[in-house]
Amino acid sequence: MINKVSKHIVQNEPLIFERTSPGKRGYQLPELDVPPVDPVQALGAKNVRSEIEDFPEVSEFEVLRHFSRLSTWNYAIDLGLYPLGSCTMKYNPRVNEVVARTEGLAWAHPYQPEHLSQGAMQVIAALEHALGEITGMDAVTLQPAAGAHGEFTGILMIRALLESRGGARSKILVPDSAHGTNPATAMMVGYSVENIKSNDRGVVDLEVLARAVTDDVAALMITNPNTVGVFEENIRKICGILHDKGALVYMDGANMNALVGVARPGDFGVDVMHLNLHKTFSTPHGGGGPGAGAVAVAQVLTPFLPGPRLRRAANGWTWNYDCPQSIGRVRAFYGNFGVLIRALAYILAHGGNGLRQATLDALLNANYLRTLLEPHYQIAYEAPSMHECVFSDDRQAKKGVRTGDIAKRLIDYGFHPYTVSFPLIVRGALMIEPTETESKLELDQFAGAMISIAKEVEDNPELVLKAPHSTRTPRVDEVTAARKPVVRWRPAAAASQAAD
Amino acid sequence: MLDVIGLRSQEDLVSYLPSEVRFNGRLRLENGKSEYEIIDYFKHLADENANGYATFLGAGVYNHYRPVLVDTVVSRGEFLTSYTPYPAEISQGTLTSIFEFQTMVCQLTGMEVANASMYDGSSAVPEAAMMAVRITRRDKILIARSVHPEYGQVLRTYTQHQGIPVEEIKYSKNGRVDLDDLKSKLSEGVAAIIVQTPNFFGILEQLDEISSLAKSKGALLIVVFTEAVALGLIEPPRQADIVAGELQSFAISPSYGGPYAGIIATHEKYMRQLPGRLVGETTDAHGGRAFCLTLATREQHIRREKATSNICTNQALLALMATVFMTIYGKQGLRELAEQNLSKAHYLAAKLPLRFDAPFFNEFVARTNGRSPEQINAALLEHKIIGGLPLGRFYPELDGCMLLCATEMSRRETMDTVAQAFKGGRA
Repeated sequence: MINKVSKHIVQNEPLIFERTSPGKRGYQLPELDVPPVDPVQALGAKNVRSEIEDFPEVSEFEVLRHFSRLSTWNYAIDLGLYPLGSCTMKYNPRVNEVVARTEGLAWAHPYQPEHLSQGAMQVIAALEHALGEITGMDAVTLQPAAGAHGEFTGILMIRALLESRGGARSKILVPDSAHGTNPATAMMVGYSVENIKSNDRGVVDLEVLARAVTDDVAALMITNPNTVGVFEENIRKICGILHDKGALVYMDGANMNALVGVARPGDFGVDVMHLNLHKTFSTPHGGGGPGAGAVAVAQVLTPFLPGPRLRRAANGWTWNYDCPQSIGRVRAFYGNFGVLIRALAYILAHGGNGLRQATLDALLNANYLRTLLEPHYQIAYEAPSMHECVFSDDRQAKKGVRTGDIAKRLIDYGFHPYTVSFPLIVRGALMIEPTETESKLELDQFAGAMISIAKEVEDNPELVLKAPHSTRTPRVDEVTAARKPVVRWRPAAAASQAAD
Repeated sequence: MLDVIGLRSQEDLVSYLPSEVRFNGRLRLENGKSEYEIIDYFKHLADENANGYATFLGAGVYNHYRPVLVDTVVSRGEFLTSYTPYPAEISQGTLTSIFEFQTMVCQLTGMEVANASMYDGSSAVPEAAMMAVRITRRDKILIARSVHPEYGQVLRTYTQHQGIPVEEIKYSKNGRVDLDDLKSKLSEGVAAIIVQTPNFFGILEQLDEISSLAKSKGALLIVVFTEAVALGLIEPPRQADIVAGELQSFAISPSYGGPYAGIIATHEKYMRQLPGRLVGETTDAHGGRAFCLTLATREQHIRREKATSNICTNQALLALMATVFMTIYGKQGLRELAEQNLSKAHYLAAKLPLRFDAPFFNEFVARTNGRSPEQINAALLEHKIIGGLPLGRFYPELDGCMLLCATEMSRRETMDTVAQAFKGGRA
C-alpha cells in the first residue's frame, strides 16, 4: 500500500553536550608564529573569561557522525516531493553551490577596494538587470535579506514617496488571504492595517476595494497569483483604483514562479514588489534560510531605493553612497551576496526561454495534481489554478479528520506535508504546490497517497488521526513545549534544579 | 498529463489570462548555458576580484579559517534542501541542531535564551531595540558612536517611522563610550543603550560602568558584538539585558557581505518578546525527547500585525555552519583560537602608532602619520596585501587613521610588511 517509504535504519544520537568528554578536541591550529600574549596582561583580569561552561569537547570524527546522524532525521527536497504551497520547493541545482564557493567571490571582503571587487559587482549588476527584465520593473535592489525584509524595504519606499508628495497617509490595505508578513510589515513602517475581504471566487472584490480606498490609504499589498493560487484577473483595474486615489500597489512576489516569462508585474501596473530568490530562483532553503528578497520598483520610486546603489563609472562599477532621498540602509553591506550568485546561476542556466518553460511546467504539474485530486477533495475555488491548488478539508471534516491530520498521514507515505490551514480564508486549507521540477512519476505517487488517505478517512479515520506511524519521532507535544518552554540544554543536575 | 487535464497544449494553461496582462514578448536574456559555461562565467568574474590576497580588513567581517567539516555537513541535502522545520516528526535533524545552536549561543554570551537566528548582526540591532521599547514601554534609544556605523544606519532606517528617536553617544579619547556624555543624555525616557564590545575600534567597553548607569535610569542595556571569536576569551556580556550579535566569524565566508547569521539572546523573563523562531524541547507520543518550533504566538504567521517582528525566513543554514564550527573548536579550541588572534593583533599593533590607548582584541586603529591610509594601502597592494579600512569614510574626525585586523590567518612576515609600509620604507 505504501509504496514510497519503508523502514530503514536511523541512528539514535544524543545532544552534542551529552557526547562530550573533557579534553577531547576536533581542531588543529597552526603553531603560533609570534610571541604569545598573556590575555590577563593585555585585557585586564576582569575582562578575561573563565572556561565556557559545558561547551562541547569532541573529536573531529564525532562531529561528523553527530551531524550526519541528525541529518537523517530530516525530510528534504532531495528525498522527495515537498508540496508546501507558497514555498516553491524546487530542485536546488548543485552547480549553484559550486559557483557560490568560487574562491575570489566567496572570500571577497565587502570593504576591499572597488577595483578589486569588479567581479562581485558584476554579479550584482547582472542579477539586477535580469530581475528587472523578468518583472518588467525599472530598477532593482538586492539588499534585503529575505521576503519580509523586502516587503519592509518596499513599504518604506512607498512611505518616502508619499511623504515627498505631501503626506505619508495612514493605512495599508491587505486582502484577508495575504501572508502574515504583510500586515506585520505595514506596522513596522508606522501604518495601520485594514483587511479587505475576498469575494466568493477567492479574489479581491472590486467594489469592496473601491469603497476601502480612501484618501488615507497609502497602498494595497497584494499577492498575485494570490494565496489560493488564482490569478487576480482584475489586477489592472485594481491598480487603477489605487492610482486614481494617489495610492500605490505593492505586490508580494512569493508566487512569482507562476508568472516568470508569462506576465510581468511592471506591465500590469504594480509599483513595487519583492521576489523571494529562495523560492522562484531555486536557492536552497537550508532548513529556514538564508533567503534573499530582491525588490523591484517603478521609475517613480527609484530615488528612494536603499543605498548604496551600484553605478557604472568610466573605469568600472562603483558604489554610490550619495542617495539623498534614499530610505537608508536596511542591512549592512550589499545583501546576501552568496544567495545572489546562486540565483544568477539559475537564470543563466535557464535563459529567457527556459525560464518561461519552467513556469509552464509548474502550471502543468499543479493543474495535473488538481485534476487527479478534485474527485476526492473539495477544491476551494472553481477559478483556474496557476502554480498551486488549494483544497478544503470539508469532506474529511465530516469524519472528524482535519487538514493537519491528513498532512501527518502523508508523512507515512513518504511525503512532506502540503501547507496546512493557510490561507485563512479557506476552511481547513490544503495548499499544494508541486513546482516544475517534479516528474510525472513523483506526482502520480503523491496523488496516489492523497487518494489513499481520502479512502482511509472513510474506512478507518483513527488511522489518519493518529498518524504518523512510520517516523522515528511520532507526534510531538507542541502544547507543552509552548506552555513550559525549554529552549536550551542544561546539564542534568542544573536542569533538575531549574525544574524545582 | 495534458490529456488528463483536458488541455491541448501548455499554452492553454495561461490562455485564460486577460490579454492586457499577458506578456507576449520574449525575455531579453541570453539563451540557457551549460554547467561548464556557468562555472566558467563565475571563474572569470572571480578573476576580476581580489584573489589570493592577504587581508587586514575586519570591521564587522573577519577572515577566519573555515574547517573542512563545516562544508561537508552543510552540503548534506538533508540540511541544505529542507524547509523551515514546521512538521516536527520529519524535521528533528534541523530542530535538534538549532536547539544546540541556541544553547551554545547562551553559553558563549552568558544569556539564558537565544533565538534561532536573525538576518545578520546589523538587523539584529534594531530588532533588539524594538524589543526594548516593548519591554520598557519607553521610546528613546541611545547608541554609541563606537558601534559599527552601518549597524547604526540600519537602526535609523528601522526606527524612523515607529516613533523611536535615536541619539548617539560620543566616544572618549581612549576610544570607549564617553561615560559623561552617556550620563548627560540618559533620562527616564530611554528604553535602551546600545554599545558594542569589542567595539568598532576593536576596544573592550566598560560594561560594568555603562550597566550601572543604565540601571540608575531604568534603561535596558543592549550589547552588540561583531567578532564572535572574542567571546572565546573575553568575559561574556552578562550585564546585558539583550545581546545582539553577528556570527560571521564562525565559519561563514565573507562572501562580499552576506549571507551571515545574526542572533538575539536575552534573559528568560524577556523570552516572549523575542523576535524570530525559537526551538523548544518537548516529548513525543512515546515519551521520548523531541524538539519543535515554539512560542509561535510571537510570530507573524499567527499574530499578523501584532507580531514581535515581520521576520519569517532567517539564516538557518548559516546558524548550522556556526554550530558545527563551535563544535569543532569546542571549549579548548575557541579559547586557543581567540588567544592566537589576540597575540597576532598585538604583535602587529606593537609596530604601529595607535590612535587609542585601551584594551583591544584583534582589531585596532592606527595613525598613518603624514601618509594617507590610501597611500599605505596602495603600497601594500603591490605585495598582494589588502591593508586596513581607512576610517575617514565613517568618522571624519579619524581621517588619517585606519582600522586593522589580524587573525589566526595573518602571517608574521605579512605583518612585518605592513609595519614597513607604515614607516614609508620599502616594504
